[in-house]
Amino acid sequence: MEHTSNRFNQLPRSWNMVFHTLLTVLAVICIIPIILVYAISFTSEASLSAKGYQFWPSQWSLDAYRYIFRNGEQIVQSAYVTIGVTAMGTLFSLIVTSLFAYVLSRRDFRYRNIMAFLLFFTMLFNGGLVPSYIVNTNVLHLADTFWILILPYSLSAFNVIILRTFMQQSIETAILEAARIDGAGEWYIFGRIVLPLSKPGLATVGLFTLVTYWNDWFLGQLYITNPKLVSLQYMLMKLQSNIDFVTNNATSATNNMLLAQIPAEGARMAILVIVLTPILCAYPFFQKYFVKGLTIGGIKG
Amino acid sequence: MTFLYELRKHGALFVMALPALILLVLFNYMPMFGVILAFKNYNFYDGILGSPWVGFDNFKYLFKGDAWLITRNTLLYNLVFIVIGLILSVALAIILDEIRSRFLSKTYQTILIMPYFLSWTIVALIFYAFLSADKGIVNQLLSYMGFHPINFYTDMTYWPYILIFVFFWKSVGYNSIIYLASVTGISPDYYEAATIDGANKWQQIRYITLPCLRPIIIIMTILSIGKIFYADFGLFYQVTYNSGALYPVTQVIDTYVYNGLVTMGNYGMTAAAGLYQSFVGFVLVILTNWIVKKVDRDSALF
Repeated sequence: MEHTSNRFNQLPRSWNMVFHTLLTVLAVICIIPIILVYAISFTSEASLSAKGYQFWPSQWSLDAYRYIFRNGEQIVQSAYVTIGVTAMGTLFSLIVTSLFAYVLSRRDFRYRNIMAFLLFFTMLFNGGLVPSYIVNTNVLHLADTFWILILPYSLSAFNVIILRTFMQQSIETAILEAARIDGAGEWYIFGRIVLPLSKPGLATVGLFTLVTYWNDWFLGQLYITNPKLVSLQYMLMKLQSNIDFVTNNATSATNNMLLAQIPAEGARMAILVIVLTPILCAYPFFQKYFVKGLTIGGIKG
Repeated sequence: MTFLYELRKHGALFVMALPALILLVLFNYMPMFGVILAFKNYNFYDGILGSPWVGFDNFKYLFKGDAWLITRNTLLYNLVFIVIGLILSVALAIILDEIRSRFLSKTYQTILIMPYFLSWTIVALIFYAFLSADKGIVNQLLSYMGFHPINFYTDMTYWPYILIFVFFWKSVGYNSIIYLASVTGISPDYYEAATIDGANKWQQIRYITLPCLRPIIIIMTILSIGKIFYADFGLFYQVTYNSGALYPVTQVIDTYVYNGLVTMGNYGMTAAAGLYQSFVGFVLVILTNWIVKKVDRDSALF
């Protein structure tokens, strides 16, 4: 990002102002809804029911958070699930993805093309939701297990391609060649040379993966009925649908357990804040690598 | 023999690729064979292989029913997302690159990309705070100005606009960063030469920046055309709270398949809808890539 703007011919001052105004408006549009959620979570129940949602609460209160910490067995359990799935999932996915990306980046490997095709084809064609569902539940028997929340997202063709391209373009073949002559094995080269040099690529792919796991509710909704395995996102979603619309399967065990502890309006937003804040805080740490990793990552190898 | 030779020479590489290959087989290729379900009357006891064949009955049933509606919705929304999204993201990327202050440009980027990292559950709840019938910000404003409040979650009039807005709110910042990454990669020499030749800023954008972005624009567009039959499930399911009253303008192939699977348990027909989606998407990618290849060999995806 260093020499981005060319200094030879800068934007006219007037246009510079127009663009700043435009970007400021867009930034406000992006951030205002998020601020509203934070505000609601600090609003007292009384003023919520009297005045509705407000950007500046007429009565501030920490009740929502107190409520959560007092009645939050399910929330604590769900937080464990989300943190566990995100940590394990990201780690597992990065290992599998980087190993495969490295293999595909080796131009001297005869079976590289057929493996790349096997991967790429999954971007073009898939069996669809129903066959996946049946395979996962009836063949692999993964329903209601920890692994169903991790395995389906652990290998993304797009991520492998980003990382493969990164490795090909930023690691000199000569370095690997030299290491091989010195007698280094494949695993040593991968662990000691390739991985450290791929840091921006790993950070980019790692961030995508982390966000995917943290934000997932779909796998939970499809495969999870055990309350012990309900993630934060899925819980949040169930709470919302229980309050506003009568769900068609209100009799299931999960729903009953959740219905028993539906928090009030503000508490729901407070949970949202708890789920949202870590992601918003994590992003700036990745941003440094993020643009760089994306710059280089393309589809073609 | 070559295989055995390769195995001895590159044994470690095979081991390294193994976990990924296993995952591909289990979660991508095994379900692909499950598409035969679309031609069967699936029941739990006979399983995938044992259930009776019904030929194209599932497809006939699908096309007699909602196929037209869900196809129309999916296609129209995606067309808007692709065309307007491309213009917005490229314009935004160029603006972010052109403004003079580096620091402010970074700050704008950080803020604009934030919504991308929120899950659809969260986005749905955030917009619920605006659209809720009794407490929502929009209805507070409406009644303050003397209008009748609108019950958004049962009134489908505004949903095409709401969905388009929410989609861009969430994704435009991220997409513009992808283009920005390419814009920053353009060599400053071009701009220097152009300045010496007397080109102004707009001419530089028109004749240098946009042509340099062409390959990435084409790749991104081919990929999104391949996904034109796939809707963003979270957007259409979560943000609308799967409200039945809104289906005529919010039901897309993905939500249809999901609702079919979960509420009706009609495996055969939903598998047929899924296959219809995969197949047409596949043909579209091949077709688009073929056209791109005819026009400009180097820009094709494969």
